[in-house]
Amino acid sequence: MKKAGGKTALKRSKEGDEEQNQIFNFNRKPADEDKDDDLSDSEDSVYSGLEDSGSDSEEEEGSDDDEEEGSDDDDDKMKEKKEGEVSEEKKKDEYEHDSSDEEDIRNTVGNIPMEWYKDFPHIGYNLDGKKIYKPIRNKDELDDFLDKMENAEYWRTVHDKQTGSDIVLSDDQVELVNRLQRGQFGDVNFNEYEPMVEFFSSDVMIHPVTNRPADKRSFIPSLTEKEKVSKLVHAIKMGWIKPRRVEDDGRGRYYDLWASEDSSILARHRMHLPAPKIPLPGHHESYNPPPEYLFTDEERALWEQQDPADRKLPFVPRKYSSLRQVPAFSHFIHERFERCLDLYLCPRQRKMRVNVNPEDLIPQLPKPKDLQPFPTTRSLVYRGHSGLVRSISVSPSGQWLASGSDDGSVRFWEVCSSRCMKTVQVGGAVKSVAWNPNPSVCLLAVALDSVVLILSPSLADKQVILSSERLLSAQQEGEEPAEGNGSVVWSEAEGEELNQGLRLKIQHPKAVHQVVWHAKGDYLASVMPDNTSHLQVYIHQLSRRRSQNPFSRNKGLVQCVSFHPIRPYFFVATQRSIRIYNLVKQEMTKKLQTNSKWISSMAVHPGGDHVICGSYDCKLSWFDLDLSTKPYKMLRHHKKAVRGVAYHRLYPLFASASDDGSVIVCHGTVYNDLLQNPLIVPVKVLRGHVMTHDLGVLDVTFHPTQPWVFSSGADATICLFT
Amino acid sequence: GALLQTNNFSSLIFRRLCILKGIYPHEPKHKKKVNKGSTAPRTFYLLKDIRFLLHEPIVGKFREYKIFVRKLKKAYGKTEWSAVERVRENKPTYKLDHIIKERYPTFIDALRDIDDALCMCFLFSTFARTGKCHVQTIQLCRRLTVEWMNYVIASRSLRKVFLSIKGIYYQAEVMGQLITWVVPYQFSHDHPVDVDYRVMATFTELYTTLLGFVSFRLYSSLNLVYPPKLDSNGESEPKEESEDDYAMNSESYLEKLSALSASLARVVSSADEEEAQPDQFPSEGEDMEKMEAREKELKQQEAQKKLFEGLKFYLNREVPRESLAFVIRCFGGQVSWDKSVCIGSTYDVTDETITHQIIDRPSVGKQYINRYYIQPQWLYDCVNAKILLPVEDYFLGVTLPPHLSPFVEEKEGDYVPPEKLKMMALQRGEKPGVDEEEEEEEGEQEEEEEQEEDDNGDEEDDEEEVAEEKNLKKMEEQRSQGKSLHVKVTPGKLKVENKARLEQEEKAEEKRLAIMMMKKKEKYLYDKIMFGKKRKVREANKLAAKRKAHDDSEKAKKKKARK
Repeated sequence: MKKAGGKTALKRSKEGDEEQNQIFNFNRKPADEDKDDDLSDSEDSVYSGLEDSGSDSEEEEGSDDDEEEGSDDDDDKMKEKKEGEVSEEKKKDEYEHDSSDEEDIRNTVGNIPMEWYKDFPHIGYNLDGKKIYKPIRNKDELDDFLDKMENAEYWRTVHDKQTGSDIVLSDDQVELVNRLQRGQFGDVNFNEYEPMVEFFSSDVMIHPVTNRPADKRSFIPSLTEKEKVSKLVHAIKMGWIKPRRVEDDGRGRYYDLWASEDSSILARHRMHLPAPKIPLPGHHESYNPPPEYLFTDEERALWEQQDPADRKLPFVPRKYSSLRQVPAFSHFIHERFERCLDLYLCPRQRKMRVNVNPEDLIPQLPKPKDLQPFPTTRSLVYRGHSGLVRSISVSPSGQWLASGSDDGSVRFWEVCSSRCMKTVQVGGAVKSVAWNPNPSVCLLAVALDSVVLILSPSLADKQVILSSERLLSAQQEGEEPAEGNGSVVWSEAEGEELNQGLRLKIQHPKAVHQVVWHAKGDYLASVMPDNTSHLQVYIHQLSRRRSQNPFSRNKGLVQCVSFHPIRPYFFVATQRSIRIYNLVKQEMTKKLQTNSKWISSMAVHPGGDHVICGSYDCKLSWFDLDLSTKPYKMLRHHKKAVRGVAYHRLYPLFASASDDGSVIVCHGTVYNDLLQNPLIVPVKVLRGHVMTHDLGVLDVTFHPTQPWVFSSGADATICLFT
Repeated sequence: GALLQTNNFSSLIFRRLCILKGIYPHEPKHKKKVNKGSTAPRTFYLLKDIRFLLHEPIVGKFREYKIFVRKLKKAYGKTEWSAVERVRENKPTYKLDHIIKERYPTFIDALRDIDDALCMCFLFSTFARTGKCHVQTIQLCRRLTVEWMNYVIASRSLRKVFLSIKGIYYQAEVMGQLITWVVPYQFSHDHPVDVDYRVMATFTELYTTLLGFVSFRLYSSLNLVYPPKLDSNGESEPKEESEDDYAMNSESYLEKLSALSASLARVVSSADEEEAQPDQFPSEGEDMEKMEAREKELKQQEAQKKLFEGLKFYLNREVPRESLAFVIRCFGGQVSWDKSVCIGSTYDVTDETITHQIIDRPSVGKQYINRYYIQPQWLYDCVNAKILLPVEDYFLGVTLPPHLSPFVEEKEGDYVPPEKLKMMALQRGEKPGVDEEEEEEEGEQEEEEEQEEDDNGDEEDDEEEVAEEKNLKKMEEQRSQGKSLHVKVTPGKLKVENKARLEQEEKAEEKRLAIMMMKKKEKYLYDKIMFGKKRKVREANKLAAKRKAHDDSEKAKKKKARK
C-alpha cells in the first residue's frame, strides 16, 4: 500500500517535469502554436510509455519479492521493507523542501486545455478564488513579426498558456532543454556510467544494509504461513498432493520381453488374424525400369482419366537416368497413413482361397472313343436343291433319303451314292416330309401350304410298291370318303401328278407345318399352328381316308406332335410345355414343363420313356418320363436356337441341329434297370453347313440302321456324317 | 455377435485403444440384421473385443491423462504458476510393454509384424524436428532405426535392395523371417493436410516400443551390447580429430553410430565365434536331393554375405551416403566418405587402396587410375544378382541398364524382361555375347508365340475344318468340271498324318466336349479362371510387344546414326 502511494507521488513529480517539458517545447516551435496540444500529447504518450514500462518492471520486481517473501527466509523480507521505508522517507523530505513548482501555481484550473477559456476575459482562478484576467494583448501578427525581428530574446521567450504571459528562459533553462533534446540527463553532474553497487548480492556482508531494527512480527511465527502450511499438510494427508515422481526414461528402456514365453495368452491369439503384408513392388516401381514398363501416351491418358480407385497402378512409372535425379515421392506419407487406416479400420476375414485347378472342374466323362460308333466326319454332301432344305426323312430301309425344300421340290436321294434319283415338283415351299415307317410300304408324306401330299416314289421292290398302292386304293374300293369333317378334303391325284408319283392330296383348312407318321404307318398326324382356333392337329387314317380332330380344345400354340412308338400315346408340344395324351382313354396323362421359352422340336426315344426337346433359346432338355415332369437334364451346348432333334433307333445316340451351323451328337445311354439314370455324354460336334441368312442347320435325322446322321441346312445342301 | 461401436468412452480414446490393442472391425454375416434393417455402411466390432478393450488397464491411464490436461488448463487459466508446475510434474505416463507381450506372445510373432513398424520409424526419423510430432519421438525413431541397421550389418542379413520411385526398399532375412521395409529418399516432406497425424503418432508409439524390444532381443541373440556401443578395439576406428568440437558427447555418439562405419561391441569377444558347420544327417532318396538343394542355397547365401569383402569403397558427396554405406557394410565391404559429409569417415579420397569410387555426376576432375568410378546402381544390382556384375555398364556417364525389382519372381508364362534373363545367365556363369543374347530373346519370343498358339487351339481347329471344306469344294468343282471338260487324273499325294498332332487335337476336342457338360456353377468358375489366365498371357504379350517395338526403334535410330 505504502509503496503504491509512493509511486503515485513519483508519478506526479514526473508529470510536473513533463509540464515543464511542454513549456520548453513551445519555445522550440513557436510557429505552430495551434498544434501545441497535440504535440504535447504525443510526447506525453511517449514519455508515459517509458514510464509505464519502468513502473512495470518495478511491479514485477515487487511481485517477485512478494513470492520470495512467501516462500523464503525472513531476513530478506525485512531488508526489503526497510529499504522501502527509507526511500519513502527520502521522498517525503524532498517534497518538503523542493516545492518550487507548486509555489508558482497561480492558476488553479488544473491541467485542462486552455482553449476552454478562450471566450472568457479571465484565464482561471488564483488560490483565493479570484479570477485571473488575461493580460491585455493587443499584439497582432505584425507585432509578432516585429518582435521576432527586433527582440534579441525572442528565441528564448516562451508563452505560458496558463497565465497567458510570455516568459524569457534563463541560460540554465536553455541548457537543460538542449540536454534533454539530446537525450541526456537533465542533471549535468549525474554520471550515468557509475559502477553498479550490488547491495543484494550472493555475498554475505558483515553489516546490514540498513540500520533498521527488526520488526516485532519477525519474531513471532506468521499466522498466514501457518495457515498455508497446514493446508499443504492436509492436502498431502488426503493424497491430493503427491510426492515428486522419480524421473524415469521409461520410453527408452527395453529388456528381454520374451524371456519366458508362456502359452497362456495363446488362446486368444489363435483367433487373431495378422494383417496382410504390403505387396512387394514390381518392375513398374523402379526408378529406372525397363522401357516396356513405362506408359505410352494412351496409357497415360487412360490413367489420368480413370478414377483413383480403378487404377491398376497408384502411380505413373517414371524413368530417371541417374539416382541423383530421383525426387521425393509426394505421396509417401499418404501411403503410410492409408496403411495405418487399413490396419485398424479394415475388417479382416480369413478367406479360404481354394486353389482350384481348372482341370479338376472338368467332369470326368467316359471317353468318346469308348462310346463309338457315332458319326465323326462328313462323308457325303447332297447337292441339288436351290432353296433351304427344311425337312429330310430316311426310308425305313435306309436306302433312300427324301428332302423337301423351299424351292418347291421334293428330292429323293440314294443314300450311299448321293445321287438324286427323283425330283418331284410340288409347287410350293415344302414344310415337312415324312417317310412311312412301315417297311412293307413305300410312301412319303409331304406338307406344303395347306396340303398334305402322299407320294409313292416307287423306289423299292415291286412287292412293296404294290402293297403301298393297295393301301392307298383300299378305301377307294370300299366306300366313299366320309365328308363328316368337312374341313378336310381327300382327293386323288390325276394325270401328270400321278406320273410323278403323287397319289393323294389331303386339303387342310390352314397351312400345315408338320406331318408325322404313326409307327405302324397307317395313321398320320398333321399340325397347323394357329392360335385362333381349336383346329390345330388332325389325325388321318390312310387306309380309311378318314380325318379327325382329336382335341376339342387346344391350349396354346402347337409346335409339333409325335406318336409314341409303342403305346397309344400322343405327344403335343405347345410353346412352353409338352402334353401327353392317351389316345385310347382320351385324356391327358402328363404335362412336361420344359423350362424353355419356345419349343422348336421334339423327339421321342424309340423305347418311349424319354423325350428330348429343343427350343429356340438354345436349350435342349431331356425328360425321363418315369422320373418327373421336369427335365432331367438341360443341355446348353448350342450358341443359337436349336432347330431339330433326333433319336437314333438302335444306337444310344441323339443329335441336335442348331442355327449356329453345328450338329452335336450326344451319347445318351438309357439303362434298362430303372435305378440308373441315363448318362449323357456329348461325343461329337459336327460342322459342315455354311451359315446363310443367319440360319444354319434346319433338320437332322439318323439313319435307321447305321450310326449315321443326316443334316439339312439353309445353304441348300444335305450332309451325311458317318 | 457383432455390435456397433459403443459410446462408453470417447471415440478418440477408443480409436487409440483399437490401434494399440490391434482390434479391428468385423464384417457381420447378416449386415442388414445387425444394422436394424438398414444397409448403410457402418463399422461393427465384436462385443467380445470391446469387452476386452474395457479390461485394459491403460484405459485408466488415458482417463488420468484427460484429467491431467483439464487440471493443467485450469491452472493456466487461473495463472497459478506453481500449480502448473506441480501438475506438470505429475504428468501421468504409461507403458505399452504388456500390450506388446499380449499382442505378440512369441518373439517370432513380433518379428513377423515388424515390417510396418520399421517403415513407420524410418519415416518418422526423417521428419523435421518442428511441428508435426514430438521431438523425442523423432529422436527415438532415429535411434531405433540406427540400431536396426546396425543389427542388420552385424548379422549380415540383408538380402535384397530395390531403388523405387517411392523410396528404397530393403529386405532382410532375420531368423528365417523375410522383413521388408521402405525408406524415403532424403528430402524434407511437404506434409499433406488430409493426414491425421494423431493416428500416425499412436501407431508410432506402439511401434517404437515393439521395435525397441525386438532390437534388444536381436542384439542379445548376437551377443552384442544393447544399447549398441562401438567396438573400441576394432581396427576401423573412426578418426578422432575434430570430434571434440563436433557436437555434444551424447549426440555425437548417435551420429557416430548412424555413420554405420564401425562395428559394434560384443559381450563375448568375437574370436570364438566360429561358423558352426551344420551336422550332416544321413538321408535317402529325394530327401538327399532336397538336402543338396538346401545346401547349395546356403552356400550361395554365404557367398552373397561376403559379396563386397575385400573391396574398398569411397562415396562421393552426391550419393545417398546412409543407404550405400548400409548396403556395403552389410556385405562386408569397407566404406568411407568425405570428412565434411558425415562423421565417421575412415580414409580419404587419396587412399591408393580404394577399389571403387561411387559417383553420380557426369564427370569428375581428377581420376585415379587404380580404381573404378561407378554409379551407385551397380552396388544395388550386384546385391540383387548375388554376384559382382561387370562394371562396364555402370561407368561414369554411361547410360545405365534398367534397374529391376528383385521381388518379382516370374512364374511360367509371365513376361520376363530380357535384362533379367541376361542376369540369370550371368548367375549361371555363362558369359553371353551380344548375338547370343539376341538369339535367346528371340527364342523366348518364339516360345511365347507357341504358347499363344496353344491357347488359340480352338480357333485353329475351326480354321482347319474350314480349310478342309474348301478343299472338298475345290475337289468337287474339279470333279464337275472334269465331267464336262477334260478328264485328268492327278497322282494322289500321300497325306502325312501327324500322329502326335492328331492325338493332341483329339484330346483338345475331348476336353471341349467335357467342358460342355459342366454344371452351370462350375462352368462359371472355370470360365473365370480361364479368363484370368488369358488376361495374364495377354498382358505378358503386350509387354513383350512394347519391348520389341522399343528395341526396333532403338535399332533404327542406331542405324541412322551410323549412316
